[in-house]
Amino acid sequence: MNMVFKFSKSLKFDWLIIPYSAVFLFFFIVPVTLVVIVSFWDYTEYSIIPDFIFLNYIEIFEDCFNLEKDLCVTLKTYWSTLVYCFLTWIFTILIGFTIAYFLAFHVSSLSLQIVLFLICTIPFWTSNVIRMISWIPLLGRNGLINQILISSGLVSEPQEWLMYSGFSVVLAFVHLYTLFMIVPIFNSMIKIDKSLIEAASDSGANRWQTLWQVIIPLSKPGIVIGSIFVITIVMGDFITIGIMGGQQIASVGKIINVQMNYLQFPAAAANAVILIFTTLLIIWGMTKMIDIRKEL
Amino acid sequence: MNNRGSILHYFLICFFFLFVLFLYGPILTILILSFQGPNGGLTFPLNGLSFHWFIKLWEGASVVDIWSAFRRSIVLGIVVMIITVILSVCAGLAFRRPFRGSNIIFYVTITSLIIPSIVVSLGIALEFRIMDNITKFFGKSFEIDWINSNFQTTLNMFSSGLGAQLTWTLPFGFLIMIGVFNRFNPSYEEAARDLGATNWQAFKEIVLPLIAPSLIGVALFGFTLSYDELARSFQVMGATNTLPLSLKGLTTTVTTPVIYALGSITTLFSFFVIALCLFLVFILRRRKLNLSKKA
Repeated sequence: MNMVFKFSKSLKFDWLIIPYSAVFLFFFIVPVTLVVIVSFWDYTEYSIIPDFIFLNYIEIFEDCFNLEKDLCVTLKTYWSTLVYCFLTWIFTILIGFTIAYFLAFHVSSLSLQIVLFLICTIPFWTSNVIRMISWIPLLGRNGLINQILISSGLVSEPQEWLMYSGFSVVLAFVHLYTLFMIVPIFNSMIKIDKSLIEAASDSGANRWQTLWQVIIPLSKPGIVIGSIFVITIVMGDFITIGIMGGQQIASVGKIINVQMNYLQFPAAAANAVILIFTTLLIIWGMTKMIDIRKEL
Repeated sequence: MNNRGSILHYFLICFFFLFVLFLYGPILTILILSFQGPNGGLTFPLNGLSFHWFIKLWEGASVVDIWSAFRRSIVLGIVVMIITVILSVCAGLAFRRPFRGSNIIFYVTITSLIIPSIVVSLGIALEFRIMDNITKFFGKSFEIDWINSNFQTTLNMFSSGLGAQLTWTLPFGFLIMIGVFNRFNPSYEEAARDLGATNWQAFKEIVLPLIAPSLIGVALFGFTLSYDELARSFQVMGATNTLPLSLKGLTTTVTTPVIYALGSITTLFSFFVIALCLFLVFILRRRKLNLSKKA
């Protein structure tokens, strides 16, 4: 009997990982490696040529060291992408934290908690493009908001900045991606031992002190994971910025996409490498604070 | 800590309500405006109520081949869903015990989730382009007629397109399964094996029924994320268009409420799939509860 037990304990299921790993090898590791390799290749209008040159990188930063001119296109684009990132991050964190806090500490019945949580989650499973264009009847030139503003006499002309602008881009990001904050923060919060909070209030801490000194530090892993999600999505985005910005706003993702459309793959690859590097740098800074594997 | 009755409590309820309005309000306006009368435009007011734009959409008058895109997306979604469920369960089972390289696979999965989608799209496009070039070179050097006259590209919805979507759906499935198996009590399964069950029997009779509700969750992620996926498959679908790709094209060309009608239909379809999955989870949970009560 003991033998059998030992045998079952040491059962090997390692091989089950093979198909999963194969998918990631072929559709993720090899492709990303190719991006890095091809960023050093040469290209013509119709083909890509194996080579080892730094021209693609040099072209990206060409005007950046000329101090007399304005900021070069690359740095301008990165700067504006970073600004969108930062604004989206601030809003998703404030809204996401508040919603998660409500769900975790102000809804006591488990089934109500599940229902409310699902209400927040369901839009995530529907089409992003549809969710973006659904702002048009509200924010457009003749949209509901403008109609209300004009008829109430607050403004005399339709407000153009509501749609196809930086405002609508950030709004759409917040609309689409706040869930990525809610879920991990909520997940951290429900793990908090309620007696810790009671202990804090028993020792005379007010709500505000409990929030800052108990809840926020213990929700930090969730906040960091959510932040990583939101920041990486916004950094590489080209679809939301394209649709909500009326194709007028530049982003790093859009540059890569346009270069791919013109079959300038090595140039696109060089931009992609810089994008990966930038996002990894941000993530690295954030993961310094937590161990992701402990959070599942 | 008693939260009831405080000002904060009511503030949070209002905040949550406003957030839900923010989440669902826009899609609701689309739903209403898709019933716009024949002379109505893209914005309020409603110029009568009609099914005009749904009929227009059905006739396909202003929208090129939207129904085949719809069909393709559903088929691709189902394929992605099946693969996601099977591979995630396998990976979850393997991860119950640490093995050589398990850390690497874990971090590759996380990286795949957070790497900018456009980079994956670019990489896969490059990979398949290079494979095309090699195939063509091969065809020329060995004078293989079939390749020289017929071969176009390896980029296809079910090769590169499928792979690109899997790099997005699999991490969700994998992380859900890791979470499930972290909480899974192995003693039931060990008991089955002690009674002489084979690995497969123990899995089929014991493990599978216990994890079934979570599998439906994984399936839901697999299908809906593929059905709506755009960023990763944008450049690698080959000659075919999926629904999100067509939709994105339509945002710049269509200026009638037809696009709202289409938006309403696709959204209602998503809601239907979500409701179906949640219903199944509910049924399975209840059955499990009843069984444990009997026991």
